Amino acid sequence: MWVRDVPERRLSVTLHQPGPIPLDVEFACDAGDVLAIFGPSGGGKTTILRSIAGLYRPAHAAVRSGADTWADTDAGTFAPPHRRAVGFVFQEYALFPHLTAAGNVMTALGHRPQHERRDRADALLNLVHLTERSGRRPHELSGGERQRVALARALAREPSVLLLDEPFAAVDRTVRRRLQDEIDQLRRTLDIPLILVTHDFEDVVRLATHVLLLERGTSVAAGALNTLMSRPDLSWLREAVGLGAVFDASVARRWPDRGLIELAFEGGMLLAADRDLAMGTTVRVRIPAREVILATREPEGVSLHNVLSGTVSAIHADPAFDHVIVQVAVGRVLLLAEVTRDAIGRLGLAAGMRVHALIKSVSIDLLAVQPPR
Amino acid sequence: MDWTALRVSLWLGAGTIAILLPFGMWFGRLLAFRQFRGKLLVEALVTVPLVLPPTVLGFYFLVTFGARSPLGQAFQALVGESLPFTFEGLLFASAIANVPFVVQPIQRGFEAISADIRDAAACCGLTPWQRFLRIEVPLAWPSILTAAILTFAHTLGEFGVVLMVGGNLPGQTRTLSVAIYDRMQAFDDRSAGVMAATLLVIAVATLMATTALSRRVGPRRA
Repeated sequence: MWVRDVPERRLSVTLHQPGPIPLDVEFACDAGDVLAIFGPSGGGKTTILRSIAGLYRPAHAAVRSGADTWADTDAGTFAPPHRRAVGFVFQEYALFPHLTAAGNVMTALGHRPQHERRDRADALLNLVHLTERSGRRPHELSGGERQRVALARALAREPSVLLLDEPFAAVDRTVRRRLQDEIDQLRRTLDIPLILVTHDFEDVVRLATHVLLLERGTSVAAGALNTLMSRPDLSWLREAVGLGAVFDASVARRWPDRGLIELAFEGGMLLAADRDLAMGTTVRVRIPAREVILATREPEGVSLHNVLSGTVSAIHADPAFDHVIVQVAVGRVLLLAEVTRDAIGRLGLAAGMRVHALIKSVSIDLLAVQPPR
Repeated sequence: MDWTALRVSLWLGAGTIAILLPFGMWFGRLLAFRQFRGKLLVEALVTVPLVLPPTVLGFYFLVTFGARSPLGQAFQALVGESLPFTFEGLLFASAIANVPFVVQPIQRGFEAISADIRDAAACCGLTPWQRFLRIEVPLAWPSILTAAILTFAHTLGEFGVVLMVGGNLPGQTRTLSVAIYDRMQAFDDRSAGVMAATLLVIAVATLMATTALSRRVGPRRA
């Protein structure tokens, strides 16, 4: 799309304030990465995005994008929103109702010469598959179409960071899937940090490369998606959506007649239910901890397809929960298994022990499909 | 038909709009978007001219800007002319009397623009001034238009303030509404009738124009 000569395009953010909206977070996001800020509604997620954009001024803030300092309360630096190169997609899209789709996009093209704006707006609307709707006003567009206009408008500014505030909250499930895939495609070409605020876990596993768990304005845990999803100790996440390892795998073999596909991952092979995927397709896999069974000996004559050998790397027993989470290293992937306290004692499970993780092919969730390059 | 009086009336209406519209857009927007201490009191003060009898307004104007008041004397020293009983004085008083007619609709118009829209405009790289001209004014436009037309129509019909502040000087402060009263006092029913009909026609025409314009602008809003 466009290339900028900024060597470092990392966005780094530090926000602290006791109130009125409590904030206590510190994170960075590199170009090409998608950081999902995930947490319950009203936890200060939107306030973080607004602080990055300069729409909100917390008591203590340091926001840096590449070589630019957008805010530094210690140094007394504060750039107003129109001087920060941010693309912001608002939850309700906030399109200008008196302007057409093209007019909305052109509003964000002020940095380009007048005669280029029309063509550039058309190109951006084309990018979000809205070419034939460019003359329509927002009230003549569907929810999904408005979202696309909002996205095109956010990109028009050639932002050095893209902020998405609950971007799929206002569209139905099918549209949501398509938009998620499109944003996933788009971010690979953009090469800027992308910050996604959501309370929908599906958005996180489908889109994010990194996650920040936020509770009452405070970062509870943060890290790469697969690392974080393999942690056995995130009680809030466990309560909200259940734990489960997430990692990427690629389609290595297909057995349409058996209704199965074989997936290669950094720990071996997995058999999953066929989804008509081409060879070489990259898929994001999630294996819910509740669906994983542990065995100390390799079982025979079972109906399930996946028996993965590994080593117990951690056992997490939280008094708040009845069950125990066992983390098993299979190659470089850390699986999670939720088992009863009784099973721990019966099998004598301990860190370092060799175990087999048993997983039904139908229990494997395939998400965020990425076709082969 | 007193053409001079009609001319004074029209000039007074146009002048009042010219003075008040920029003020109303600034002040109405301020009241719409800003929270500050004493806002309730300020909003009440803006509304006062709406509920006060025009004679009370005129009385205070004369007390404040009369030849014996410090303000009046200062003005006279500066301009060489006193405010009361001149067109300029009448214009000034008319502007004050019309503050609520301008500020309130404009305030409502700006209030109807969501904070998200304004934030989005800022995130599009628009400066505060560009946001005002390209996003806020076009969206508040029907309200601004309503304010202007209301003010114009109200100024044409103003009677109490004109009589108190302006007196009844032909070509200076005798407006059509005062001229009608004048003609009635002189038992010149025919002239009064013609002028009354003229005012009625203007009033109906302006109201029709408002409705037509707001309908034309209306569908643009989501």
